Amino acid sequence: MNNEIKNKLLEIRNLKVVYETDLDTIYAVNGISFELDKGQTLGIVGETGAGKTTTALSILRLLPQDIGKITEGNIIFEGEDLTLVSESMMRKIRGEKISMIFQDPMTSLNPVLSIERQLLEALELHNTQNRDKNQLKARVDEMLELVGIPKNRKHEYPHQFSGGMKQRVVIAMALACNPLLIIADEPTTALDVTIQAQVLSMMKELKEKLGMSMILITHDLGIVAETCDKVAVMYAGEIIESGSIEDIFGREKHHPYTVGLFGSIPNLEIETPRLSPIDGLMPDPTNLPSGCKFHPRCPEAMEICSEELPPIIEYGSHTIVCHKFKKEGGVNEKN
Amino acid sequence: MKKTDDNERPLVEIIDIKKYFKTPFGLLHAVDNISLSISRGKTLGIVGESGCGKSTLGRVVLRLIPPTDGKILFNGENILDYDKKKMRLMRQKMQMIFQDPYSSLNPRKTVYEIIAEPLVVNCIFDSKRKINERVLFMMETVGLAERFINTYPHELDGGRRQRIGLARALSMNPQFIVCDEPVSALDVSIQAQILNLLMDLQDSLGLTYMFITHDLSVVKHISDEIAVLYIGQCVERAPSRELFQNPIHPYTKILLSSIPVPSLKSRSIQREVVKGEVTDPINPKPGCRFAPRCKYYKPECLSEELELKEVKPNHYVMCRLFG
Repeated sequence: MNNEIKNKLLEIRNLKVVYETDLDTIYAVNGISFELDKGQTLGIVGETGAGKTTTALSILRLLPQDIGKITEGNIIFEGEDLTLVSESMMRKIRGEKISMIFQDPMTSLNPVLSIERQLLEALELHNTQNRDKNQLKARVDEMLELVGIPKNRKHEYPHQFSGGMKQRVVIAMALACNPLLIIADEPTTALDVTIQAQVLSMMKELKEKLGMSMILITHDLGIVAETCDKVAVMYAGEIIESGSIEDIFGREKHHPYTVGLFGSIPNLEIETPRLSPIDGLMPDPTNLPSGCKFHPRCPEAMEICSEELPPIIEYGSHTIVCHKFKKEGGVNEKN
Repeated sequence: MKKTDDNERPLVEIIDIKKYFKTPFGLLHAVDNISLSISRGKTLGIVGESGCGKSTLGRVVLRLIPPTDGKILFNGENILDYDKKKMRLMRQKMQMIFQDPYSSLNPRKTVYEIIAEPLVVNCIFDSKRKINERVLFMMETVGLAERFINTYPHELDGGRRQRIGLARALSMNPQFIVCDEPVSALDVSIQAQILNLLMDLQDSLGLTYMFITHDLSVVKHISDEIAVLYIGQCVERAPSRELFQNPIHPYTKILLSSIPVPSLKSRSIQREVVKGEVTDPINPKPGCRFAPRCKYYKPECLSEELELKEVKPNHYVMCRLFG
């Protein structure tokens, strides 16, 4: 039991985030909870507007000022609630303990600074061991080597690098301070498949070597299947299904939305004449449907779905938030 | 149905097409000697990574940009010989759907104006009423509700915008459509809706597609035949199922094994990761262009120009070692 507590790195409890604009209030994240142990990789899957990136930004407290607000919930990282710590504390945590890899490598590097300069920046800001300049420069070389970029190219500028190499520089930057947690927001979406395979296998290797935890945000179920230990499927700001990788990819029972997500991907192994997509569109986040937020698109919606919030059904580590499974007789059913 | 020459002949034939761009550093070989053909009512998938020349090829086929050399036969006639007037009529039969539904529609025009524009420009109908009818019919065909007729593109989501692009392309009753990454900017559930729509329309209207994409699972789903491009050259070409079951070219193999598969089986498989990045298409060296990244590389790979060879019926490969 003691061991379990020690291993827990991040816990999010009932997190709610809104964006307030002059016109509307956008309910981006609506009460999500999850845990992440040391060394684990959590995949957050969902479509545009599901609240994946907002979740990531709230962990780092990088929500747009005055507009994005955490209205409820706790983000507990190493026993400390990140929603309460001061901004100067937060600055120490960002980059040093939690770092983020952004989606677009083409725009997340500064075009007028050399690669070496950009990597040094993070190291200088978090220079807790008081290393001198030469030691820091040696660390830059080490990081570049780690991600497979020849160190004689460190004086070059981002435009001289290809997309895959830029993303590797971004990864090197994120890893420079040996963070405990890496949040990767669609790290390979902008890359070609062969380069994507290179970057993913490199990230997996580095994660194991350095013993970090990772939150991988993606819309690609294939990437999740290959790299994650746990999965959370998000829809309209809620986690509608979560579990271990075996629960999501190996079991029969799924939330109708997860079934729809799988049905939308052309399968390479089985030939299907037609895809079975989910009808309709994501709901408007300023005006979310009542009851289960998926009910207007759900092929199996019942009357109760529009009226009551769906229950959380648990099968061991696998949870599904859906009325359908309550009917089948298992509130908090364990197996 | 009478059997004519017309029915046996492929609708579109691309013969030895070359497109070079002049750059300050030399000639950029965007498309280098590609020959392909597409039969009536079929879909040819073009796959490759960014910079392999797939979009350039799509544009050249529609004569939106002139090729450096080669022929494009449509119904057996070389459209490169057509004069302006003839080409204008020809364009009604061949249309294009663009990648980004966010930037390919005029933001200052309503849905009605966007779909009606090709009809007005080509003077297809003599009355406004007929144009209205046609626009409404097209909207129904692609599954856009009538209430969107006076909205502007920014009010609609990506899936609906892509439907507008499709309605516009279809309004002229084309025979041939070049789809340049039509679903890559869309979410998976919307992507599946558009793919289904494209396939339904092909069935009901007998359309012929050239489907350009980097997404291999999409291309397998929609294509009858697939051509794999690498730095301006077609390195392998085969019927869809054959290509996925028996890929021959080392590049195709790596491309196929790079796709993340959404199942638990894939976790255990140690995938082949290709070293190095795509080489520069400016003044490429003779011989195999994939050689610098290929694990089977032998010095003779660079010795001479390669050609597509038919290794099995309908399966063409450009490789010295496996061809």
